[in-house]
Amino acid sequence: MNMIRNFPLFTIVLSLFSGVLCTMLKGKTAKYYTLIYECFLIVLVFFVLWYTYRTGDSFTYTMGEFPAPWGNEIRAGVLEATLALSFLIIIFCSVLGGWKFLVVDVDETKVNLYFTLINLLTAALMAMIWTNDIFTGYVFLEIMTLTSCGLMIVREIGRTTLAAVRYMILNLLGSGLFLLGVVLLYDITGHLLMVPMQENIATMAGTSAAMEPVTMSLGILTIGLSIKSGLFPFHFWMPDTYGWSTPTSASILSSIVSKAYIFLLFKIYYRCIGIEVFERLPIRKILFILGILGMIFGSISAIRKSSVNRMVAYSSAAQIGYIYMGIGIGGMMGYTAAMFHILVHAVTKSLLFLTTPRLAEVSGDSLLFKNLQGSAHRAKDAGIVFLLCSLSMVGIPIFAGFSSKLMFALSAAQADNMKILFFTMSALAISSVLNALYFLRTVIRIYTEGRGGADISAHKLYEEEKGIRGVAYDMEDDEEEEETTLSKMEFRIPAAILIGMNLFLGLFSWYTVDLIQKGLEMFP
Amino acid sequence: MKNTFRRWLDGDIDLMEDITRTAHEHDMDRDEIKARKKKVSEIIRQREDAQSIILAEEKGFRIFYNIAAIICCAMLIAVLLYCVANLPRFGQENAQATVVTRRYIERGLEETGAVNIVSGMILDYRAFDTLGESHVLFTALVCVMVLLRKDWKNMNSKFEDYSSIRSDRYFQTEKDAILQTIGIVLVPCIFVFGAYVLLNGQNSPGGGFSGGAILGAAMIIFTSAFGFRKVDRFFTLKLSSYVTFVALSFYSFAKGYVFITGANGLDNHIPKGIPGAILSGGLILPLDIAVGLVVACTMYGFYSLFRRGSIGGG
Repeated sequence: MNMIRNFPLFTIVLSLFSGVLCTMLKGKTAKYYTLIYECFLIVLVFFVLWYTYRTGDSFTYTMGEFPAPWGNEIRAGVLEATLALSFLIIIFCSVLGGWKFLVVDVDETKVNLYFTLINLLTAALMAMIWTNDIFTGYVFLEIMTLTSCGLMIVREIGRTTLAAVRYMILNLLGSGLFLLGVVLLYDITGHLLMVPMQENIATMAGTSAAMEPVTMSLGILTIGLSIKSGLFPFHFWMPDTYGWSTPTSASILSSIVSKAYIFLLFKIYYRCIGIEVFERLPIRKILFILGILGMIFGSISAIRKSSVNRMVAYSSAAQIGYIYMGIGIGGMMGYTAAMFHILVHAVTKSLLFLTTPRLAEVSGDSLLFKNLQGSAHRAKDAGIVFLLCSLSMVGIPIFAGFSSKLMFALSAAQADNMKILFFTMSALAISSVLNALYFLRTVIRIYTEGRGGADISAHKLYEEEKGIRGVAYDMEDDEEEEETTLSKMEFRIPAAILIGMNLFLGLFSWYTVDLIQKGLEMFP
Repeated sequence: MKNTFRRWLDGDIDLMEDITRTAHEHDMDRDEIKARKKKVSEIIRQREDAQSIILAEEKGFRIFYNIAAIICCAMLIAVLLYCVANLPRFGQENAQATVVTRRYIERGLEETGAVNIVSGMILDYRAFDTLGESHVLFTALVCVMVLLRKDWKNMNSKFEDYSSIRSDRYFQTEKDAILQTIGIVLVPCIFVFGAYVLLNGQNSPGGGFSGGAILGAAMIIFTSAFGFRKVDRFFTLKLSSYVTFVALSFYSFAKGYVFITGANGLDNHIPKGIPGAILSGGLILPLDIAVGLVVACTMYGFYSLFRRGSIGGG
């Protein structure tokens, strides 16, 4: 039984080791190693979830011989384990589902480096989820920033390099602000570990003069992390980042990386500052307003796009808005809804980014709406998956999107504040209509009969669109490859898993909600 | 001859063209190259024109953007200054705030066995953070390798003049007398100093990161004085990746062992040694060596990748 307490440490250290190991392996071996290793991690994290659920309490794990205020520490509870489990399953599915495109997009000699980056990202993700120390959070946040840039530039067309440079500049700005906030908090409280920091802040919460610097440093830290996760005024890096990278990267970046930052921010609110103190600060209201603005403006930007990937990317901005709105509403129910929506969005968005290239593939490798016409008939499985994901994003009952929207509404009703209730309800209504507008338009477009871009060769199309010949599309003499059962399975298995998770979150949402609420109770 | 010279002055022709011609261009028809170059320059010209139109149109936006940026920076500066002015005075108003630092200073030597408290702190008290930090460097190296290492894709790109990059190998400064003479004198000294800083991290200021940076700098100076060919004889991609692999996995497993034993209340059987001796401070010395090797490989790797797109030839 005590063995299970070591598992969170294993997930971090073994992932770091696997990252280094993958540089020594050949490309294909690295892929199979990574897939098997992810399964192993899923088993480990599942045990942690089972253990914490059964004991009903979270456990802290001292890193080394020095106890809490002096050494590092990690801590595992039900909430952390739930998120880690779902994120790991999503990484597994993304790697499996995007493999076909990875072979084309990534040069043969660099495939092992790609899996190195994936493993390092897993390590950073695990560390950010388990950590009980704000500075450890910063260190692994750096690893996550660098790996996500690497995952983008690996495609090596000019567009991805440009997007990666933009992404990196914005992210470094975010990291810098986060570090400033951490330094100021350390100066005020004298601790980097979250629990002693919270105790220290609780003692000074009585006097308002001492709380001023705390509020300001927390504000700086919040701005830093909201730049990184793409909250409303900072969401303009999203379409380039997600729209041009290889499908595996796009699905991991959109569904996991930005959520990890949000979870770290939430952990800082809950555990470093203390939730009672945090609820009195004005930051919560600002997050609420920005979240609502993000929901609406993200959707409006998405409507105006002519490429499906950019549309899906902008819809991410709207979904991030939902999560911040949930944190802004506050209360047990609001935080539960926010955490639940993290899962919902991660499950849906990762699958959408795996599906759109399948639709594009049968339409002359073009993601433009005009060429996508009829693509659902040409790639039947991708069409069905896209339809199901769209229904979930819009919020049709039995899918996960509906449950999370219902929970946001319920949490607003419990907040005992007419203004919050009014704004939440209207934002939910407007956003759902806008979501339906652009997602169902795409669904109708792909199910309308027509050849679309199917007859255009990829090469010619690229020239037309960009005026120049792209490197990635340089294989003119390639014969049409027959899709084998294996490559079909490579898409269908992850799609089935993710849709299963989606339906589970939608139909049996109370299991997950129960887990999250149990987790939140032992979270502080 | 005069005519050629005139044209060269005008920039029409390039006298070095024959030398810098790449293997890739070799098997293409000359006319085809010319046609392609002409096409590319035409495209570039068109794009620049379009760019300048956009820039002219966006001038108003850019003025707004600059003003907004200045206002944002000024506000951030004001907020930070105000915040710093309101911080509690160090160690006086909040006695709790110095608990951790006091213990590090007062009992650091006894508990970690390292005279240099900073080393004891980063490699013993807060070793988990440093484990992450050393992997940050490795991640950066992997990213640069992904971007810059020569491969089928970025070598066959028609829009970048790779001959200029490859020519770096042909026009080496291998005959530069001043650089080489000074290199002969300096490089061994820098190597020895780097090793000293690396090995003495537990007793005096220094340690893995700074020592490794000095070693990497020595490698870079050696390379720029004597050329890549000399270095490639002993420092190949294989060696670099083996060193990084062994160092980082040693780090992970050694620290993992300490974490597991520490968390489960077991004794880790690592001798602390006599403070001040070279073999002291428990795991600090081997970890410093591991970090130092990784840092040195990373620095040289960056230099080599940026200059010619590969580590150790090939």
